[in-house]
Amino acid sequence: MPIMKTEIASSVQRFTINIPDVVLNDLHRRLSNTRWMNPLESAGWKHGINPDYLKEFISYWNTTFNWRAQEKKLNQFKHFTADVEDYNLHFIREKGNAAAPIPILLLHGWPDSFYRFNKIIPMLTNPAASNLPNEIAFDVIVPSLPGFGFTRCPRQVTQHQPMRHSASLMFKLMTDVLGYPNFVVAGGDGGSPLAQTMAIDYPEAVKAIYINDPGWHVQGVDLSILGKREKKYAEKGKQEFMQQGAYAMVQTTKPQTLAYALNDSPAALASWILDRFYFWCDGDIEESFTKDELLTNIMIYWSTQTIASSIRAYKMETLSPTLTSNDYVKTPTALGLFPKDIGGVPPREFVERTANVQHWTEFERGGHFTAWEQPQPMAADMLKFFSTIKF
Amino acid sequence: MEVTHFHIDIPESSLTDLHERLRHTRWPDELNNSGWEYGTNLAYLKELTQYWQQDYDWRENERRLNEWPHYKVTIDGQEIHFIHVRSKAQDALPIILTHGWPDSFLRFEKLIAMLTEPESFGGDTSDSFDVVIPSLPGFAFSSAPDSPGSLFNVHNLWAKLMTDVLRYDKFVAHGGDWGSVITEHLARSHSRHVAGIHLTDVSFLHTFQKPNDLTEAEKKYFEEIERYQMTDNAYAMIQGTRPHTLAAGLSDSPVGLAAWILEKFYSMSDCDGHVENRFTKDQLLTNISLYWHTRTVPSSFAPYFDILHANAFTWIGEKIKEWAGTSSVPAGFALFGKDNGHLPREWAERFFNVQRWTTLPHGGHFAALEEPKALANELIEFFRTLR
Repeated sequence: MPIMKTEIASSVQRFTINIPDVVLNDLHRRLSNTRWMNPLESAGWKHGINPDYLKEFISYWNTTFNWRAQEKKLNQFKHFTADVEDYNLHFIREKGNAAAPIPILLLHGWPDSFYRFNKIIPMLTNPAASNLPNEIAFDVIVPSLPGFGFTRCPRQVTQHQPMRHSASLMFKLMTDVLGYPNFVVAGGDGGSPLAQTMAIDYPEAVKAIYINDPGWHVQGVDLSILGKREKKYAEKGKQEFMQQGAYAMVQTTKPQTLAYALNDSPAALASWILDRFYFWCDGDIEESFTKDELLTNIMIYWSTQTIASSIRAYKMETLSPTLTSNDYVKTPTALGLFPKDIGGVPPREFVERTANVQHWTEFERGGHFTAWEQPQPMAADMLKFFSTIKF
Repeated sequence: MEVTHFHIDIPESSLTDLHERLRHTRWPDELNNSGWEYGTNLAYLKELTQYWQQDYDWRENERRLNEWPHYKVTIDGQEIHFIHVRSKAQDALPIILTHGWPDSFLRFEKLIAMLTEPESFGGDTSDSFDVVIPSLPGFAFSSAPDSPGSLFNVHNLWAKLMTDVLRYDKFVAHGGDWGSVITEHLARSHSRHVAGIHLTDVSFLHTFQKPNDLTEAEKKYFEEIERYQMTDNAYAMIQGTRPHTLAAGLSDSPVGLAAWILEKFYSMSDCDGHVENRFTKDQLLTNISLYWHTRTVPSSFAPYFDILHANAFTWIGEKIKEWAGTSSVPAGFALFGKDNGHLPREWAERFFNVQRWTTLPHGGHFAALEEPKALANELIEFFRTLR
């Protein structure tokens, strides 16, 4: 059955990214005046951000990185904004090169942004151009989630199950605004539980989801009911959290205390974000990402001043959680799993406790930033899975 | 070991640079009406920053700090800054006071006169102390340690400072926070010289090994500690696991540093929701400025890193077994109402020869600044028995 499309609602506006010069000039003044820390003993990444790498990175940002060139590339996608409730939602919408493209909503996490999907968007809209099978193609919608990048939070935000509220905003965007009665959703990091929430709350509209991890909420599962492999995975996750999870502890307890430095100092922001990209990617950081890519993502936080609202989301969701390990996704669910993602690859039976797993792929390479690190294999896998979904 | 006089004199360029940064602060937003629930409150930090820019006078505070005699000495390759104020009284008892994080030697600024000249505060000359207040390695004017694990050697440096450098054969010691950890080690390792110790908490290291015979009060205390770890301990986890990741920013943004430190003065003191119930803006800013101008944020995180690395857990585990019930040095405790939960005496008695136990209704983690008179009285009363 062809997918019905109504006229796009009137609140939709074309949007072009255009960071004011005054913001860029101010940024360069700050970068030039960076007051470096006196690092502890040896350099390297043992104590967190590598001080030498940070210096090299900041210097590149200040002298070589060309935001206007990146901005121009970003603007090659069609960007829009639309008013939904009190939010002015930013999103990319690229139409698929097929008779009846499948509408897909791609959901990012933290500390990435809509830029997570920069490379995979054309592979999904026009698979043939990327030497991918072209039985299906997608209409791709990539929003900046509420409080991230170009989707700023209004002054008053709901504090009751904020992720459930985000799910309703995304649902309204896809249905009321864009006129897709049915669609599919993919996401990783925070995008995974958000995709699951949409599947749970809007089972008629959401035909299938593709996620890269089971979501943090499943960590609340009672360990005593787990099998041996599952227990090993859960314990490894807990251990990794104690070693690498302090960023999340800060963000779930005292995000505002941290926000002052991150919004005032580009070196602070770069350091906080790079640390995660370094630890969660497969291989050396610059094998997985170029400095231009890393900086483009950081610039999305810096220029919009949304780092405070993005980290605040951790605490807000923890105070009023949307999902628990008792929630179950009945919607057909695909898992695309990458070996160097946080905690490694979960056992299938573990994920089956909380989702109707219909498709399971373990990739050979890649880390937490899946679609960014391994766009081609992931696009191929998404095409494979979603071609089995009936609309 | 040559002792040299030291005079605090922050370069003008550092002051000018600070003011430039403050003037250009780029403020984040905050959740409406969230108070201090999400961390340091925006409105208060703006107020404090405005004061920092317009009214606060570092030079005036520096002059005040320089009224105490400051010294530096290098012990085993580690440069130590310390204040040493001798009492005019004969037979004054030497005491070494050890601070923690995020305070500094300033933690004890109000105690100095009360202990060196008790008669000026309604006390007796015979209760006088010679006061020694070092800066921990990597804090303020003490050089940064050049190898990991320095936390586990500070007590040895202190013992050498008191005996070899200052020629005190017998002395007493007091501390809180990291100061409590170090004071305890000092008593255990140098009991020949340490006549007694006084603490405002039992070091959290002891909670790393939970005994299976806890009393009801101890169980309740552990619950409080565990709750605290869930809500308020993230700072220690990030400082211990990824110190550079945070320090890079706090070294570049003065409001970032102020927010990070201020939150602790708010949440760990008995300030009843308004930090200025307990501290003046000048007090808060002088302490923050010390971290800023000496660029010691990363090195001040080193003790947290030490605790989580270099096999520290194994080391602590072994030490705790050795320590249990073996301490002979008399120990006094003053527990201030808003500090570290309901610490039961029996918990302290597992590790210390407890000779004095006082609970005080008011005051918090920074008791020496919040309730200096009450703490000075505790020190005077307890150590009178050990002179």
